[in-house]
Amino acid sequence: MLSTEQFKKDTFSALNNPQLRGNFKRAMSGLMQKRLAVFPDDQEFFQLREIGHSARANALHKLPELLQQLESNCSKNGIQVYWAETVDQANQLVLEIAQRHNAKSMVKGKSMVSEEMELNHFLEQHGIEALEADLGEYIIQVDHELPSHIIMPAIHKNKEQIAQMFHQKVEPSVFVESAEEMTAIARKVLRRKFYQADIGVSGVNFAVAETGTLCLVENEGNGRFCTTLPPVHIALMGIEKVVEHLEDVPPLLSLLTRSATGQAITTYFNMITSPRKDGEKDGPKNVYLIMLDNGRTQMHSDQLLRETLLCIRCGACMNHCPVYTRIGGHAYSTTYPGPIGKILTPQMKGLHKAGYLADASSLCGACVEVCPVKIPITEILLRLRHQKEEDKGNFPLTSPKAWKAGASDLVWKGWKTVFSNPEMYRLKSLGIAKLGNFTPRWMPVLRNWTSVRSTPVFAKKNLHQLAREEGLSYE
Amino acid sequence: MNSSAASRNNILTRLQQTTEVLQKDSGNFTFHEGSSFDKGKRWSTEEKVVRLKRMMEAVHTEVHLCGENTWIKTLCSVLEQKQIRKILYGAKTGLAQELVNLKQESPEMIPELIDYKDPIEESKDLLFEIDAAITTTRGGIAETGSLILWPTPDEPRLMSLVPPIHIAVLYASDIYSTFREAMISENWSSEMPTNALLISGPSKTADIEQTLVYGIHGCKELVVLVLQ
Repeated sequence: MLSTEQFKKDTFSALNNPQLRGNFKRAMSGLMQKRLAVFPDDQEFFQLREIGHSARANALHKLPELLQQLESNCSKNGIQVYWAETVDQANQLVLEIAQRHNAKSMVKGKSMVSEEMELNHFLEQHGIEALEADLGEYIIQVDHELPSHIIMPAIHKNKEQIAQMFHQKVEPSVFVESAEEMTAIARKVLRRKFYQADIGVSGVNFAVAETGTLCLVENEGNGRFCTTLPPVHIALMGIEKVVEHLEDVPPLLSLLTRSATGQAITTYFNMITSPRKDGEKDGPKNVYLIMLDNGRTQMHSDQLLRETLLCIRCGACMNHCPVYTRIGGHAYSTTYPGPIGKILTPQMKGLHKAGYLADASSLCGACVEVCPVKIPITEILLRLRHQKEEDKGNFPLTSPKAWKAGASDLVWKGWKTVFSNPEMYRLKSLGIAKLGNFTPRWMPVLRNWTSVRSTPVFAKKNLHQLAREEGLSYE
Repeated sequence: MNSSAASRNNILTRLQQTTEVLQKDSGNFTFHEGSSFDKGKRWSTEEKVVRLKRMMEAVHTEVHLCGENTWIKTLCSVLEQKQIRKILYGAKTGLAQELVNLKQESPEMIPELIDYKDPIEESKDLLFEIDAAITTTRGGIAETGSLILWPTPDEPRLMSLVPPIHIAVLYASDIYSTFREAMISENWSSEMPTNALLISGPSKTADIEQTLVYGIHGCKELVVLVLQ
């Protein structure tokens, strides 16, 4: 559930869970190192992301034309295209397609849009089994959890926890300890599912307007199974995923796989342009493409906010985020966690519901430095915070929220007065240097920090004084 | 499906309105040419072979460099070493004739050759039970160590996915330096096939505690015979 209180509670419990923090710290450090190893040359990275950024920015610039071009080329190739403004409409479309083909079971490749739609849950309610086939997604689905990372959905679990899960919840029940043995079990179970499934569902990494081609990036082969073996394939994409030319794909593919997992390329890059043609022996006979809005046109309408839509979902921002690394993906209670989630979710769900997420950042900018398409995440966070403050005038005066807001306003006004007046600033520095260390550890608010950490000691001299003593002419 | 037309209309109307306004604000959009992306990355055939081999071996692929006349010998030793009893092949491809000839001359050298001749609806069991498949390739990419496959009716898509072992035959002269070079020299954008694939190693996963494991859903072993 989305709420500030819940978020604070979940953050607190995540921070106090050493197992979880260990799992994330290990995983994120590993991913950061792997990424660094494939981008040894900063200049090359800067140049490449300039190209990647402009391919994506160009697509957003021409979005309505490109979506129509994509639609017309897909249709020409035999792919049936549908549009959905909301997740409910998109779910309904999937259901109607399933009913048209009398489908009882689906296998799914990894798709973040399907997570936005909560498609599995919806289909289950209508008596259709939707099984995740990506190993990470499969593990958390069997364990009734949600992804904690957009690339590595089961990253919050360690091997022992997954081994327990296989032992307790996967038939035939055996206890194995190694990742190899668990993978072998999953291979066997899921092959049977691929064999039987009526429909395969996938996401889309890039949709090429000029050729009507859907591109999928993956390592496991489940994406290829889902899009090749069942007689029907449904591809789900956010409307921002389109690019203009086939030529735009190589730089974006390179940025995506290197930023995400530090791979030069993934095992499979799958380009789908049509359903099975006459004479071909495999591939689905029907391919459907569902293009989802879900707040994207709203983002698109603002010069700064539309940059959110540049995203190619590599996850590098969360791998490098000091907040995400410490609290993990579940604390956010959102489809998209980490920095990208903090700017995406408030825009999808509304600032009044999810605006607090924009506060959960130190604005350190690590995400901006590694973003392969140059999304100004911190700028967008600040804009969302600002907008949220402006909206605050709408609270009734007597509500606790209004009081809290009033108090925080007062603090900031005081801060502004002191910091914009040199005399007062000097007085404040002097006061802190002389009296700061007498502040009691148990003081309210302060003790949240000092109860588990040593109290910081204020220096006797501030930076200005030290600089003057050093004889520096500038500060 | 009625909602789709209305959604389409609403989505496009909203996008068009903002596009008009924003285009006025931002003036002309500057585009960075993709051509600088792989500038300077053009290698000789020898260099390409070396690089492709190194990149593919780094992700668990078996790469054998062979001569045009000796490749079949290499293939036989691979088949024997992996104890392949039945192998799927495309009966109308260039390499099929050599396989069939050898099978006639010395049947013990080549396992049972099975053609993927019926549509998947009738071939499912065959595909899920067979030991291996051998396919041609359209080309390779040196930079990333990738095979380019454009499956055809004679060599369908699932051949490189379902059998646990995939043996791919690649001509050294068909290796490009980069993905971009391949798609531009061959003018892919004018005629994309039903399915085009880049394959860079056997299937793999790292979803359990980031431990790399090969052979999750797709093939467990990939063998590439490079013909020089």
